[in-house]
Amino acid sequence: MTGALMSSDPWLLLLVVVPLMAAPVCVLVRNATASWTIALAVSWTVFAIALKLLFQVMVQGEALYRIGGWDAPWGIEYRLDSVGSLVVVIVAAIGAVVLPYAKRSVEHEIPEERIYLFYTMLMLCLSGLLGITVTGDAFNLFVFLEISSLSSYVLISLGRDRRALTAAYRYLIMGTLGATFYIIGVGLMYQMTGTLNIADLTTILPAVADTRTVLAALAFLTVGISLKLALFPLHLWLPSAYTFAPSTVTVFLAATATKVSLYVLLRLFFTMFGEVDIFATFPVQPVLIAMALAAMFLASLSAIWQQNIKRMLAYSSVAQIGYMVLGVALATEAGLAGGIVHMFNHALIKGSAFMAVGAIIFATGAVTIKDLEGIGKRMPLLMGAFIISGLGLIGVPLTVGFVSKWQLVTATLEADMWPLAALILLSSLLAVIYVWRIFEVAYLRQPAAGLPVPKELPMSMLVPTWILALASVYFGTNATFTLNLAHAAARQLMGGL
Amino acid sequence: MDGLLTQSQVIQLAVVLPLFGALAVWWLGERNRNLREAASVMTAVAEFALVASLTPDVLAGALPSVDMFEMIPGVNLTLTVEPLGQLFALIASGLWIINTVYSIGYMRQNREHNQTRFYICFALAISAAVGIAYAGNVLTLFVFYEVLTLSTYPLVTHSGKPEAIRGGRVYLGILMSTSIGFLFLAMLWTYNITGTLDFEAGGILSGKVEGPELGVLLFLYMFGIGKAALMPVHRWLPAAMVAPTPVSALLHAVAVVKAGVFSVVKVIVYIFGLDLLVDAQADDWLLFIAGFTIITASIIALRQDNLKRRLAYSTISQLSYVILGAAILAPISIIGATMHIAAHAFGKITLFFAAGSIYTAAHKTEISQFDGIGKRMPWTMAAFSIGALSMIGLPPTAGFISKWYILGGALETSNALAVLIIVASTLLNAGYFLPIIYKAYFKDQQPRGSGDPYHKYDDHGEAPMAMVMALSFTALGTVVLFFLPEIPLALGRALVGG
Repeated sequence: MTGALMSSDPWLLLLVVVPLMAAPVCVLVRNATASWTIALAVSWTVFAIALKLLFQVMVQGEALYRIGGWDAPWGIEYRLDSVGSLVVVIVAAIGAVVLPYAKRSVEHEIPEERIYLFYTMLMLCLSGLLGITVTGDAFNLFVFLEISSLSSYVLISLGRDRRALTAAYRYLIMGTLGATFYIIGVGLMYQMTGTLNIADLTTILPAVADTRTVLAALAFLTVGISLKLALFPLHLWLPSAYTFAPSTVTVFLAATATKVSLYVLLRLFFTMFGEVDIFATFPVQPVLIAMALAAMFLASLSAIWQQNIKRMLAYSSVAQIGYMVLGVALATEAGLAGGIVHMFNHALIKGSAFMAVGAIIFATGAVTIKDLEGIGKRMPLLMGAFIISGLGLIGVPLTVGFVSKWQLVTATLEADMWPLAALILLSSLLAVIYVWRIFEVAYLRQPAAGLPVPKELPMSMLVPTWILALASVYFGTNATFTLNLAHAAARQLMGGL
Repeated sequence: MDGLLTQSQVIQLAVVLPLFGALAVWWLGERNRNLREAASVMTAVAEFALVASLTPDVLAGALPSVDMFEMIPGVNLTLTVEPLGQLFALIASGLWIINTVYSIGYMRQNREHNQTRFYICFALAISAAVGIAYAGNVLTLFVFYEVLTLSTYPLVTHSGKPEAIRGGRVYLGILMSTSIGFLFLAMLWTYNITGTLDFEAGGILSGKVEGPELGVLLFLYMFGIGKAALMPVHRWLPAAMVAPTPVSALLHAVAVVKAGVFSVVKVIVYIFGLDLLVDAQADDWLLFIAGFTIITASIIALRQDNLKRRLAYSTISQLSYVILGAAILAPISIIGATMHIAAHAFGKITLFFAAGSIYTAAHKTEISQFDGIGKRMPWTMAAFSIGALSMIGLPPTAGFISKWYILGGALETSNALAVLIIVASTLLNAGYFLPIIYKAYFKDQQPRGSGDPYHKYDDHGEAPMAMVMALSFTALGTVVLFFLPEIPLALGRALVGG
């Protein structure tokens, strides 16, 4: 905390500013390939910065930057701790892997003259998501939330299917509601505390925690963030948005946007209200657990009945968000670590799964599960990656899904909530059903006669898919690094309690 | 080989070698089928040599162990060679050689498709089975257990026909839901109360858990290990019979099911510890369930006309002998259970080899068609008879010795129920095996009408040479184990520390 020790770290600023500045540059060049090249360079730069910051935070515990040299609470400060640096790495890594993939997929799905706008929006979205994570100011967080949201509405509406427009519109309505709830909550807190700085809120909120205004603020903030997080039953925007968005957008948003929202929820409960024992004072825990369980079971059941493969994966995402929130709701170090590690693991799993689906759409135009008959023989390399991510969703050992399940079940047992442990395992059996449905169609059915031969898949799509699939095997086989990081992050968050 | 590699390298290589074999098979592919088959056989021989080279140390009382890497903070992926695991690895890798020879004959003669995938999945399954055998803690066991389930699924659904897909669903559904729902929970519960998952002599739960919790934990382990096919989680085994016969022979009579009962014995001996269970009287119900499974499965077997299904129910019943032997909790019955893992492996693989041989030569699958088949296939039916004698438990076959020890344990602990179950089931075993032998030798062949597409196979002889050699060899092994049971018995004694 002491100013002398915490030197101002401009890398934090660059992390946000580099993609932010890339957006107008993309508009200026107005050329598809040039804007892609810029976006690619930016995404790799951002990933390098993110890694640097992660290792720095692992050593120092925190990184700090004061905008314009103004000290908080007068100025805005950027602040990165363990959990933040992990989220930054997730977002930046997915960005870095998605962009090589994007080139051919976007050329296939979006008219040439709009492609530069696509990369403009993608850069804005990246900047917004990173900004949310690094900022130490509750209002600044709202600004970045809007940057990322508005750009993602545009990105979704670029989908080929006309229904992308209604999906984007619906997301816009729900997202705006969420942002409005969030800003109302921030306003109420400002009224009671006179500060917008998150660290300041931590110290001042306990004094006024008993007031109805602060309770209302907590409620508004929780609902607002849950809308962005797509926590059941506020998830209704998500399936259509993921289904009809361009493949690249689905990959990027599925792997990052909900993770960042979960991060904001963590910030709310364990940093802003860190000195207030909200889990003892307010009925936060039972409500969150009920929502999480509903997500795990109802969304998994919905996934089983879907015909469109992207929609099936989208419902699976809603279910997986339930697992993360369940870990958070336990409000123990082990539980938080479970939620945090699943955030990372699920980004890898869903990233590769949606990439594989996007590649299938690119090569064959298939959108329903029935169209996948015999695809295992027709596209063996790609389906290999899809199988790995499917096994990850089930939580088979040697994939990251197993690590998440291990940590979450351990956390529930440590908290003496063994019925929850049983329910986690029961709901993961539902994943077996919806994943196996695809495997059977892909490998054990013969393709209908006269199907066109799949287009040859460019390496730029195959390699990123495999990178994420192999990463999910690597971090599933050797989970020491991620679990230790998640535990460190959880300890840091719980330190406030 | 020992000079070149350190012991820990040998142990790790034993798990990894089949994977290299799989790579070689994949690389050679259908175009070089002779080389591909040679690669399979050579991998199997090398694998057996590796495993066998560890036997003297284990018999001398050493427990060679190697930590591969830290998988979850605080829990390593560990391989430890202990007596029971060594026996299981010896059986699985040894019979893999014979089964590969048999498979070559079977797969070629029946013109099966996707043979490359078949041999790859087989190698993966053996790697997983050896991994289970050498698992040094529950996590390692669980990892390889799941790999075994997944790698055998493509073998079960090999034909791709609707009944194979249905069978595959039952197979995967039961095995995965029991392992994820029960075994995984039991593993984490154990870790939560003891802080370790290592298999240790005398058990790790002693003094940590008692009363109803102990019973629930035992329940989770016993039904979580679905591969042991305790009723009512046995349905996957008959469902798996849609697979090609070499799969039923090595995997669903030896590797997969033995992985199940092996894990059961290992959990009882090294996680709970005999003393804990004896003191707490916590496993009475296990005795009942195992006994119930033995009797009920035998009765169901009596009513099956399809030979492979009858053998499958016989396997379910025989597996519960091993569980019964462990549940009696007397050291001598545990030695019997260990011996039975070996005895049943040789006997049942012979019976399945015979079933596949009959299918290949005569295209017959139903027992009611077997009249007079002993004259046309003398080698096959002689081997079948030896396997059947071992199932019943008659000398001079290995099944006699294991039953003798289990019975000895039951008498020593004055367990009248166990004695009754063993006697009754022996009669039932005779009831469903002897009629087959009688039909084969003492009845005359009924020719199939010309409407039957397979009637042209009526004038058949023996199956291909490779298959006959394989089944004669395993039948011989069943007899040899009766006269020279020293290695399995010594490993069994080392297991109970006697």
